Amino acid sequence: METAETPHPGATEGRLNRVTILDENGHRGSDPDFDPYIEHVTLDDLKSSYATMLTVRRFDDEATSLQRQGKLALWVPSKGQEAAQVGSARAIPKNDYIFPSYREHALAYERGVDLRDMMRVFRGYAPGGWDPREHRFNLYSFVLASQIPHAVGYAMGQKLDRQLGIGQEEHSDDAEAGGSEATVVYFGDGASTEGEAHESMVFAASYDAPVLFFVQNNKWAISVPFSTQSRLPLAERAAGYGFEGIRVDGNDLLGVQAVTAYAMDKIHRGEGPVLIEAETYRLGAHTTADDPTKYRTRDEEDEWTTKDPLVRLEKHLRLEGVGDDFFEEANQRAKEYGAEIREAVLAMEAPTLDGVFDHVYAEENSLVEEERAWFHEYEAGFEDAETQEGGR
Amino acid sequence: MSSIFNLPDVGEGLTEAEILSWKVGPGSPVQINDVLVEIETAKSVVELPSPFAGTVEKIIAEEGVTVEVGAPLVSVTVTASADGSESEPEADTTGPASGPELPADDVDSTTTVAEKEADSLAAQAAPAAGDVDQAAVPDNASASEGSDAQTAALVGSGPKADPVKRRARKRRSSGGAASGRSEESVHAADGATQPSEKLLTQILNRAPLQGGTFGSGIAERARKLAEEGRGALKRFPGRAADQPMAQAEAHRTVGSEPPRRPALAKPPVRKAAKDLGIDLADVPATGSNGQVTQRDLVNYAAHAQDVESHKPSNFWVEQGSQEDRIERVPVKGVRKATAKAMVKSAFEAPHVSIFVDVDATRTMEFVKRLKSSPTFEGVKVTPLLILAKAVIWATARNPQVNSQWTDSEILIKRFINLGIAAATPRGLMVPNIKDAQDLSLRELAVALNALTKTAREGKTQPGDMSGGTLTITNIGALGIDTGTPIINPGEAAILAFGTIKQKPWVVDGEVIPRWVTTLGGSFDHRIVDGDLSARFVADVASVLEEPALLLDM
Repeated sequence: METAETPHPGATEGRLNRVTILDENGHRGSDPDFDPYIEHVTLDDLKSSYATMLTVRRFDDEATSLQRQGKLALWVPSKGQEAAQVGSARAIPKNDYIFPSYREHALAYERGVDLRDMMRVFRGYAPGGWDPREHRFNLYSFVLASQIPHAVGYAMGQKLDRQLGIGQEEHSDDAEAGGSEATVVYFGDGASTEGEAHESMVFAASYDAPVLFFVQNNKWAISVPFSTQSRLPLAERAAGYGFEGIRVDGNDLLGVQAVTAYAMDKIHRGEGPVLIEAETYRLGAHTTADDPTKYRTRDEEDEWTTKDPLVRLEKHLRLEGVGDDFFEEANQRAKEYGAEIREAVLAMEAPTLDGVFDHVYAEENSLVEEERAWFHEYEAGFEDAETQEGGR
Repeated sequence: MSSIFNLPDVGEGLTEAEILSWKVGPGSPVQINDVLVEIETAKSVVELPSPFAGTVEKIIAEEGVTVEVGAPLVSVTVTASADGSESEPEADTTGPASGPELPADDVDSTTTVAEKEADSLAAQAAPAAGDVDQAAVPDNASASEGSDAQTAALVGSGPKADPVKRRARKRRSSGGAASGRSEESVHAADGATQPSEKLLTQILNRAPLQGGTFGSGIAERARKLAEEGRGALKRFPGRAADQPMAQAEAHRTVGSEPPRRPALAKPPVRKAAKDLGIDLADVPATGSNGQVTQRDLVNYAAHAQDVESHKPSNFWVEQGSQEDRIERVPVKGVRKATAKAMVKSAFEAPHVSIFVDVDATRTMEFVKRLKSSPTFEGVKVTPLLILAKAVIWATARNPQVNSQWTDSEILIKRFINLGIAAATPRGLMVPNIKDAQDLSLRELAVALNALTKTAREGKTQPGDMSGGTLTITNIGALGIDTGTPIINPGEAAILAFGTIKQKPWVVDGEVIPRWVTTLGGSFDHRIVDGDLSARFVADVASVLEEPALLLDM
């Protein structure tokens, strides 16, 4: 059986080294290029990152169970990718706009999205779930790679705004961002081979768009191994477009945080775009409708289980003297969060079809109102209309 | 309080799943998200976590059963959770929705009624198959609003069949539209589902128009149908309103024994049935017009094969009605997959089979020498090894046998993933040895052993079975001389290796005992013509006759 990393015999040698700061045993190494970007990260910051990762892991498990119990239509597990998401989220200035794919649950959590709202999307009760502008975190994009041109277009707009001086006063006190705004787009190894990804990178380079392409390479595009997607690390592709590519161990929280901070700094200075490839692994199924045992071996899964980003960060924290009581408390909190999510899902009320008419236009529209009236009349025309009414 | 867990749609638009194994039994305590059961859907094997905390009351869907999405799996007596908090909200809503409110303190009667409810739900499970309304229409009420467990789960989130029944509209006072339709169009629209009486009346009314003899024939036929009831009429659902056919049918069968149902089927199905030696009239038909569908044939073929494989001891049942003496084996898992693959191959690839007897004496000697050679110490050496090597050698000389047909191209594989058909505890499996062309004789022997061992233990991984390019079926292991194997789909050739036994053989004009075997092969005639298949089999045979030819490799 082909594994995710079988090299192609004709592949050429890549030149980029993979950045790792926390090794698999939790020991912190040093990297002269990137160390300055995480100097400010304290032990408490790391503990807080760990707590977030654990909470989202628990949330993810609960959502998977809820789908198996028929309470969600579908679930997309993020298990194994928490370090790549939390690490990068913590290095992106709050004013920057994020375009996620559909597996960025930890990122959503970091951006303050109420994950109970996300559950409504996966129950088929809401088309969006949250206000993207409030969290500067766009809606999930279920059409593969479609968010990449959106993001690049948005970033091109940000650049035009800057040239015209629009929105400057809003951010003028934001020293971290240097008064500017940037965009980050998340996608996976599978989406990286879509045409939109290529076109977007060409445009981003042509127009100096302030955008970070953040690839979570989780090794499997549903059942297609990464070795089929690309002969070279994806970060190498950036050179072809003329901008910088960085490879980072995606299960190393500090490594991801450092390279992302470096990239955002560079992009805000107007020297973007940048592409970061975080090499991680999807420990779960592609979605709950997928059975990974059909295309990958147990051995491969076991190997990556030992590389679990949570385990690595826990090792590091323990080396730094963090005791059992912290982990117990974090576990307890995560468990409670899972229970809250379950409670919220079970209590969800189905949306009314009437609601569809509410969001066609921002303001009342006579044509839409006419259609609404017609629909009400149509619905009332069924013999069982009264009994159905309650549920709709 | 007892709650029922219904089978959810765990994929996107799945309709059914097979129960593989229960991890709990009646009386088992369960917590929320404890694994209850492992199920297999068309997409995957998944574990279902418990939505309730409490004690398992009753397993409703037994292992091995295929159940529809939405059908009940298990009932759980829900208790307050360990920390004394309230039980799950949905647990409280299950009872009232499906019956009158029960007094909460009357625990015994609650349980009894719940059990009854579970029983009746189990009884409904089978008919629910056709009840698309219930199974596929998503819940209209949310859990919090007191819907029962039957509808609380999201089911059928993917594409689904249209409901069988249309939601009834309220009657309007102006009824002009319906009466405007001609009688003819009423027939066309409702022919298959109308009550039998109405159809009969129509037939009877029309009969005189067609003239004397035929008319009375129809009348008689129709009366007969009326006696046989609605079920019999259903046998000709599409035909009932179709005058000429009904006449002919009636005319032919009047006064004779009850007619044998004409086996309706599309030509490819007829062809496949003929190839499989199956009389279509024996196959239960489920097609919309009473025709035997491809799936019917596959199911029947798989079933027939299973029944035949039973041991003769204590097999016959001498008492009882015919119906009671029929053993029904559900078609599922590997059996189902095998049947599907075989029918696909039989349907799509025109098979041509050829045979040759071979003097394999030197192969037997070669095997003996290899067994005693130090290089092969600890490695099992069999004639199959020599055959496998011979096939790889012959393939290189006749590459087109190692190919695949697509409608626009022939894909000639310049590598060989050599499939070995193996009978395993789970059924027929065809794992293959990847890149067998790169293996030395010893490596090939090791690979063969590993493959058969894994297969016998039932541990063959799906990846081991995909991507095969050419297959050997070792029917000789079962003591059979030869056969006409069906090609593994996606390949162009399969070779059957017969048993090797001593037979009289003529050498230089004298009859002497030699070790003789038969090679048989089936080829996809779209790719491989007679001369090529002959050359390929002859090449394989020549190696069995003289293994030294392998030095050519």
